[in-house]
Amino acid sequence: MVEFPPLGPVMPEILMTGFALLILVLDLVIKRKETLAFLSVAAAAVVMYAVLGTSGVTFSGMFAADGYSMFFKLIFLLSLILSILISVKYIAIERVNYGEYYSLMLFSTLGMMIMASAGDLIVLYLGIELMALSTYVLAGFIRHAVKSNEAAVKYFLLGAFASALLLYGISLLYGLTGTTDIKGVAAYISDNGLAGNPALMLSVILFVVAFGFKIAAAPFHMWAPDVYEGAPTSITAFMSVGPKAAGFAAMGRVFLIAFASLQVQWAAILIPLAIVTMAVGNIIAISQTNIKRMLAYSSIAHAGYALMGVIAGTPEGLAGMMSYLLIYAFMNIGAFAIIIMLRSEGFSGENISDYEGLSKKHPVSAALMLIFMFSLTGIPPTAGFIGKFYVFMAAVNAGYTWLVVVAVIFSAISAFFYMRIVMYMYMKEPRREVELTTSPALGLALAISALGVLVIGVFPGRLLDLARIAITLGWGL
Amino acid sequence: MLPELFFYYNATVITVLSALVVTRSNPVHSIMLMLVMFFHIAALYLFLNAEFLAAIQIIVYAGAILVLFLFVVLLLNLKKELVTQIFIVRWPLGLVAMAGLLVLMFAGIKSFTLGPTGDFTIEKIAGETHTAAIGTVLFTEYIVPFEVASLVLLIAIIGAIVLAKKQIKT
Amino acid sequence: MVELQWYLYLSAAVFTIGVFGFLTRRNIIFMFISIELMLNGVNISLVSFSHYLQDPRGQILAFFVITVAAAEAAIGLAIIISVFRNKETVYVDEMTETKG
Repeated sequence: MVEFPPLGPVMPEILMTGFALLILVLDLVIKRKETLAFLSVAAAAVVMYAVLGTSGVTFSGMFAADGYSMFFKLIFLLSLILSILISVKYIAIERVNYGEYYSLMLFSTLGMMIMASAGDLIVLYLGIELMALSTYVLAGFIRHAVKSNEAAVKYFLLGAFASALLLYGISLLYGLTGTTDIKGVAAYISDNGLAGNPALMLSVILFVVAFGFKIAAAPFHMWAPDVYEGAPTSITAFMSVGPKAAGFAAMGRVFLIAFASLQVQWAAILIPLAIVTMAVGNIIAISQTNIKRMLAYSSIAHAGYALMGVIAGTPEGLAGMMSYLLIYAFMNIGAFAIIIMLRSEGFSGENISDYEGLSKKHPVSAALMLIFMFSLTGIPPTAGFIGKFYVFMAAVNAGYTWLVVVAVIFSAISAFFYMRIVMYMYMKEPRREVELTTSPALGLALAISALGVLVIGVFPGRLLDLARIAITLGWGL
Repeated sequence: MLPELFFYYNATVITVLSALVVTRSNPVHSIMLMLVMFFHIAALYLFLNAEFLAAIQIIVYAGAILVLFLFVVLLLNLKKELVTQIFIVRWPLGLVAMAGLLVLMFAGIKSFTLGPTGDFTIEKIAGETHTAAIGTVLFTEYIVPFEVASLVLLIAIIGAIVLAKKQIKT
Repeated sequence: MVELQWYLYLSAAVFTIGVFGFLTRRNIIFMFISIELMLNGVNISLVSFSHYLQDPRGQILAFFVITVAAAEAAIGLAIIISVFRNKETVYVDEMTETKG
């Protein structure tokens, strides 16, 4: 008789599944969808509490609730809460106020949580699919808008293509090592000196390409601008943070554990990738006129910065990458919250010119946008600076000083398009009356993200300590 | 000799059919060719002692997925498909990319070394039948992915309804 | 006994034909069919690994791949229907609402 493994470490995931199903069912009886949103936020908060109290490995190493995954789960849950808060009013304006929206978001987050904890490539694959399939549906959620349909098509096709590439990589790895367990793979590779094997290199390349698609790194970013522009704004905010962070979580685990003995080889592939990503993101963003599209390119560029943490390949680099993604969640969703505020009945508010003279009539929103833009550029004392600083420091300590110089140059270029928004808001006369759509939930989301950006910016020590401790807790167990 | 012949027959048919599948202009033809191809793949699985997979290759792939494809293609009534050009203008680039990938893969496969062999031997499978053997592993060792797969299917149901239903009551 | 290598060549061939189809067709249905070909290529290699390694994991993963392919088909085709309802096209190139 097989003994049943302990369920403690998977408790947050079990809770999340339960809540997602519950909300799906409650949708039938609850007519006010705002209640569902509130329940979803409460559910996410409960799961967050549960995440903090769980640790351990279960199901014979297939599922690992270590510090690394815990930190990532907090990022996912935070981005989930913020995205739900900014959605409440928005999906009513878009006339898609259905309860499935919230349960799909919970399922998507569940997929990310499984990805972050996966100790086995099969679990990793299914986590990716759970996350991706829910996100495809969410991207096409505004069924009557062609833009949203198209976003779903493009996201779906590229996502499915990337999954197929990933699968071939997993398959080769399985054939080479006879196992799908991430640590088992690592052990077999180093014990048998497989490091130079061309088949293994092929598998590494396929993994890089597949993860490149998932985190929208150039040259695998083509889908991102179209999808980010077409998807519902709240979902754009959600998927520019959550799935991206989940991609990094899986990437960190696969590359730093399974491919640990191939670090030289994969770093050689990832370095050009990171440089191209930063170049494409920052340079093309300058010419954009649609703010969602601009932030899509900006999100590509930020993936490039975060990638440097992986390239550094040290615990410090990973900690930098993790804190960067957390900070990115605050500042990016904050910026999207402002974009959502500009959206009102019959007015998209997505053009950059819509921000002209915003400070005259709405000084508070303009000031908040200013903070988020400063943070995205990486100007002190905002959190964005701290995030970049840690990642760059880690890269310097790992011996990639020249790469950091390149990254700093690109981040100076990024000031062009972020500061353009600020300039429009403060130095131009308003061309038209812009009415803001506000709601208490949106206000709360803005308050949380602005507070996050400022507090981390002023007291950064705690965050990095937290990330460093998270890395040491059970990493590689 | 016979096993080799069987394999070469299947391999040739599968390769030729898959090349045909991606080059047809009519999706219905393509799907029908794919159906034949899936039967050959299932035959290959039988040959590799994976009876259960051969069965679900037919039942799920051919019986459910392809039927769904066919259903949608017929539903959409794509007349334009037959007159527009099949490939993008720059299709030779795609061919080059494919050739490059193929060379890369063949080079990788050439120096492929097989990992350590396990205890899932033919004798063991024969002793308890393939479905039971797979089922035992699936429901003990791989219970987590199995549960996640059930959620993936649930998402598929919800997603399909949300996206494709004509009217949703608010 | 057929060598494992032959199975792998076959799987690589099917996989790359799928990649070719995905890169050169602009009809969503064909792009999707190409992805199915790629998944079948992967499955051939997984099942043959499983046989030669005498290990059930490859077949388990292949089983999950088929499951996910079914879910993907349901969602993908629903997306195609939702596009077609609004726009009457299945060509990715004609989807130009989102352009900078």
